[in-house]
Amino acid sequence: MAREIDIKKGLDWTTVWIYIILLIIGLLNIYAAVYNVDNPKPIYSLDHNAGKQIMFMGLAFVIIMITLFIDYKVYDTFAYIFYAVWILILILTIFIAPEIKGSRSWLRFGGFQFQPAELAKTITLLALAKYLSTQGVIVSKFIHLIKACLIIFIPPAIIVLQNETGSALAFAAFIIILYREGLSGVFPAMFLTFVALFVLALVFEDQLWIIILGLALLAVLFWYLFLKRYDRNRQNLQRVVGLFVLFTGFVLAVDFAFNNVFAPHQQNRIRVLVNPDVDPLGAGWNISQSKLAIGSGGLLGKGYLQGTQTKFNFVPEQSTDFIFCTVGEEWGFVGVFVVIALYFILITRIFNLAEKQKFKFARIYGYGVASVLFFHLLINIGMTIGLIPIIGIPLPFMSYGGSSLLSFTILLFIFLKLDAHRSYKV
Amino acid sequence: MFENRKFPILIFIYTIGAIYLLRLFYLQVLDKDYRSIGALNSVRKEISIPLRGQIYDRYDQLIVANEEVYDMYVIPQKVQPFDTLSFCNLFKIDKSYVDSMLVLARDYSEVRASLFLRQLSKQEYSGVIDAMIQYPGFHFEQSFYRTYPGNSLANALGYIGEIPKRKYEEQEEEYYRKGDYIGLSGLEQYYELELRGTRGSRLVLMNSKGEDKGSYHEGRYDTASVIGNNLYTYIDLGVQQLADSLFRGKVGAVVAIEPSTGGIIAIGSYPTYDPALLSGREFSKNYRELEKHPDLPLNNRPVSAFYRPGSTFKLVQGAIGLGDGVITPGTSLSGNSKFSTHSGGETANLYVAIQKSSNPYFDNVLRRIVHNDPQTGRAIPVSEGLRKWNEQIINFGFGRKLGIDLPNETTGIIPTVERYDRIYGKDQWRYSTIYSISIGEGEYGVNVLKLANMAAVFANRGYWITPHLVKNTGLDPAHGKATPTEIHKTNIDIRHFEEVVKGMELVVQSGTGRASQIKGVEVCGKTGTSQNAKGKDHAIFIAFAPKHNPKIAVAVVVENGGYGGRASAPIAGMLMEKFLKGSHNREAHKEAIMNTRYTTVAGRSQTQVQ
Repeated sequence: MAREIDIKKGLDWTTVWIYIILLIIGLLNIYAAVYNVDNPKPIYSLDHNAGKQIMFMGLAFVIIMITLFIDYKVYDTFAYIFYAVWILILILTIFIAPEIKGSRSWLRFGGFQFQPAELAKTITLLALAKYLSTQGVIVSKFIHLIKACLIIFIPPAIIVLQNETGSALAFAAFIIILYREGLSGVFPAMFLTFVALFVLALVFEDQLWIIILGLALLAVLFWYLFLKRYDRNRQNLQRVVGLFVLFTGFVLAVDFAFNNVFAPHQQNRIRVLVNPDVDPLGAGWNISQSKLAIGSGGLLGKGYLQGTQTKFNFVPEQSTDFIFCTVGEEWGFVGVFVVIALYFILITRIFNLAEKQKFKFARIYGYGVASVLFFHLLINIGMTIGLIPIIGIPLPFMSYGGSSLLSFTILLFIFLKLDAHRSYKV
Repeated sequence: MFENRKFPILIFIYTIGAIYLLRLFYLQVLDKDYRSIGALNSVRKEISIPLRGQIYDRYDQLIVANEEVYDMYVIPQKVQPFDTLSFCNLFKIDKSYVDSMLVLARDYSEVRASLFLRQLSKQEYSGVIDAMIQYPGFHFEQSFYRTYPGNSLANALGYIGEIPKRKYEEQEEEYYRKGDYIGLSGLEQYYELELRGTRGSRLVLMNSKGEDKGSYHEGRYDTASVIGNNLYTYIDLGVQQLADSLFRGKVGAVVAIEPSTGGIIAIGSYPTYDPALLSGREFSKNYRELEKHPDLPLNNRPVSAFYRPGSTFKLVQGAIGLGDGVITPGTSLSGNSKFSTHSGGETANLYVAIQKSSNPYFDNVLRRIVHNDPQTGRAIPVSEGLRKWNEQIINFGFGRKLGIDLPNETTGIIPTVERYDRIYGKDQWRYSTIYSISIGEGEYGVNVLKLANMAAVFANRGYWITPHLVKNTGLDPAHGKATPTEIHKTNIDIRHFEEVVKGMELVVQSGTGRASQIKGVEVCGKTGTSQNAKGKDHAIFIAFAPKHNPKIAVAVVVENGGYGGRASAPIAGMLMEKFLKGSHNREAHKEAIMNTRYTTVAGRSQTQVQ
C-alpha cells in the first residue's frame, strides 16, 4: 500500500499527461487514416487498425502498472541478464520467424505477433546504463568505450540480419549518451561530418571531384587562415593531411559501397532524396505522395476525417510509419506544430529529469530514453517531409502497432519509475 | 561531471526541430504547388500489364502465343446496387459467384481494383461493353491468355497461373498484385523475369468523386509497358510432335540434344496433356483432373523421374576403363564373374562386349577400375577406388545437376562409399557386394536428361555442354541475350571415346539396337534394360547420329517396356531420322510403333478399378 502512495506522489505527471495526449492524437489520426467515407465504422471496431490500437492501449495500461509495480532495483540488477536473454531471442527470431516482405523479425504466438527488435532498444539501454554506471568505468578510457560500443552494437547487428535496417538505425541514438558521459566532442562532430559527407557524396555522385576539391580547398584555407603561424608545424600538417585523406577516403568508400553493396531499391530510396524523378513510381512515389499529403494540408488543414491524400492508400503505411502525413493533411501546419512541440516538451523534460537524477544509472537511462525518442522523431518526420530516406521506423506513441506502442511505453515508464524513487531511497 | 553537456545536446535537438518546422512551414504554407493539385485531386496509379513473351522453336515456328482477352475488375467502393439477375445473364455467371467475388474483393480493399471475371474474348467484350454504364464500379482491363499453336511440349513449357499466396507475400518489392499471373512451372517459371516484360504505369488525377481528370503532371511520371522477351528455343517442333505420336499408349520420356551446342531438340514427358487445358478459365478444374491421373501427366519426367541406367552405363565403364588403362580395346575378359557367361565370343574384346552387351565383361572392367590407382597402377582398396570412379562418372553428369533451364531438375543418385557404408556398415562390403553397379543396376537414380547427355558426351567424344532449351531471349532471334552455358570435360582422352563409339556402331549395325537403323546414316547407340521392382523392366535406348560430326543425341525410356532394343530403339531411330532428314517416309513403321502399348502398373490398376 505504501508503495502505491509513493508512486502516485513521485510520478512525474507532466510526462504522463503528454504521453496520454500523444496516444490520443495518434489514435484519432489512425482512425482518420483508415476511415472510409462510404463505409464508416466506429473507432472501436476491431475490423480496422484504430480499434486494434485501442486494444493495444489497454494492454499498454496493464504494462504500465506492471512496470511501476516492479521494484526499481530490478532494472539495474538484472540488466545484463535481460540483455543476454534478449540477444538470444533476437538470434532465435532470425531462424523461427516467417519471412514477411524479406524480413524475418516477427515472432508469432497464435493470433499475436511481436517484433523483438522494438524492445531491444530498452533492454540495450538498461545494459548500457548499468555498464556506464559501474564504479570506475570512464567513457574517455579507450577500453571502456569499446566495451560500451559493443553493448550498443551487438543487438542492431543481429537486427540487420533480420533485415530490419530501420529499427537498427535507432541505436545510433546512444551516441548522445556517450557524449553526455564524457566522450570527446570530436566523435559526435566527426559523426555529423560523415553524415554530411555521405549526403554530399550522393548529391555529387557523378562529380566526386567537386567534393574532393572542396575538401582540399578547406584544408588549405584552414592551414593559412585559421592556424596561427607558429601552429603551422609538422605535427599539425600531418593532422590536416590525415583528416583530408580520411574524408576523401570516406567519400570514395561511400560511392563504392553505394554502387556495389546496396540493393537497387535501397539505392533508389536514397537517390530520390536528391532527385525525386529517379524512381517516381517506387521510392519517389512514396516521398512525393507523402509530401503532397502534408503540403495539401495548408496552414489549418482540411479538417478531421476530411483528408483525401492519406486515404485510399495513396500514402503507403499510412497508419503506421506515415501517420504524420495524416496529421499534416487534416490538421495543417498548426497541427504538426502542436505535435512537434509536444514531443520537444517531452524530450526536454526527460533530459532535465535525467540531469536531476542522483544515481548515474537513472541519469544515463533517462538520457537514453530522450535520445531514442528524438531519433525516432528525427527519422520518421524527416522521412515524411523528404529530408531523410524512407526508413521503416514508427513515430513514438502515435504510430499504429502493438510492438512499438508497448515497447515505447516500457521504455518511458521504466524511467518514470526510476525517477519516482529519486527522492526516496539511498 | 559534464553537466553542461546537456546544452550542446539540446541546441542540436532544437536546431533539428527548427529545420523540420521550417520545412513544414515551407511545404504547407509557402509552397502553393502542393495545395493546388492536392486540394481537389488525388492521384491514382494505373498499371498496364504488357503481353507476355512468346516461345518459338528452332525454325521460328510459334510454340506458345498469346490471345488478347479482357478481364473485368471491380472497385467495391464504387459499386452501386444493381440488378443482379440481368448482370448474371449478361455474363452467364450465377449469383453465388457474384456474391462470393464481391466479398473477396471487399476483403482485399474497398478502393483498389480486384479481379472479378477473367478472360472475356473480344466478341464477348464487345457484346457487353455498352451495357456496362449500368454497372458502375466494374471496368475492363486488357489481358491475355496463352495459346499453343504447337499443341505439344506441355511439361517443359509449364503453365502460368494466379500468383500463389506465399509468393505474393514473399516478393520484396511489390510487383505482382493479387490475382496476377506468374509462371508456375517449366519454362514459364524459369524465364518468368524475361517473359513478363516491364509493367507500365500511369498516374491519373481524380477528383473527390473518383472521376478521371487526366494525367498527373502531364504524364511526366508515366511509363509505358514494355512487351516481354520472346524465348527462342532449340526445339524442333516436328520432332517433338513425332515423339508425341510415337509415345501413344506408352509411359516414359524422351530427350534429344544437339551435341555441339547442348541445345534441347525435343523433350517429352509421357503421358503428356494438352497445354491449352491449363490456360484460361478452366485451369483449376482441369488441373485437379490431371493431378488425379495414375500416370501423373503433370510430372516433368525428363528432368525429374529416376530410372536405373541399365546397360547403357556400360559405355561409361568402358571409357573409364580405357582411360585408366585397365583395359585396351583388345582385352579379353572372361570368367571370374557372378554373371553367367552366355558365350565366349561376347567377351572377346571391348567392341563385341558392347555390341552384345556382355555383363561378365563389364563386371570385370569395373572390378579392375575400382582396385586400380590410375596414377600409380598399384592395387587399392575398393572404397578408395570407388571414390575415384565417382569423380569420373560425375564428370559424365551423373550425381550432379546439369544446369538445364528448367525448374526441379534432380541431382540423381550414384553409388557412393557413404551409401554402402550406411547399408552394409563401414568397410563391411567388397566389390563382390556391389558388382551389379558395373552394368548400371543397383544404387542409381538417373533421369532421362542425364541419359541423353551421356549420349551427347559420346557424340562429342568426351565433353558435354550445359543442356538448355532456350538459345536466346529477346524480341528478335538474331540479337537476343544468349543463355549462358559451360563446357564440361570428362578428362578422358578422345581416342578412348573413339573405341567405345566403334562398339556403339556395332550395336546398331548388328547388335541389340538394330531397330534404330536409319537408311544411309551411321547410327551409334546402346540399349539398356532398367530393372524395376514394381513390374516389368523399363526399356532404355540412347543413341547419336551420324557417327561423324553428330547432329543429334537422344535418350528414350519406355516405362515397363521391357527390353530396350525393342520398345525404345525404334522410337529413337525415327526421331533422329526426322531431325536429320526432315521427314521419315516410314508411315507403316510409325503406325506399328504407335499401336504398340505398354501399360504401367499404376495404369493397369486404374483400369482394373474401372
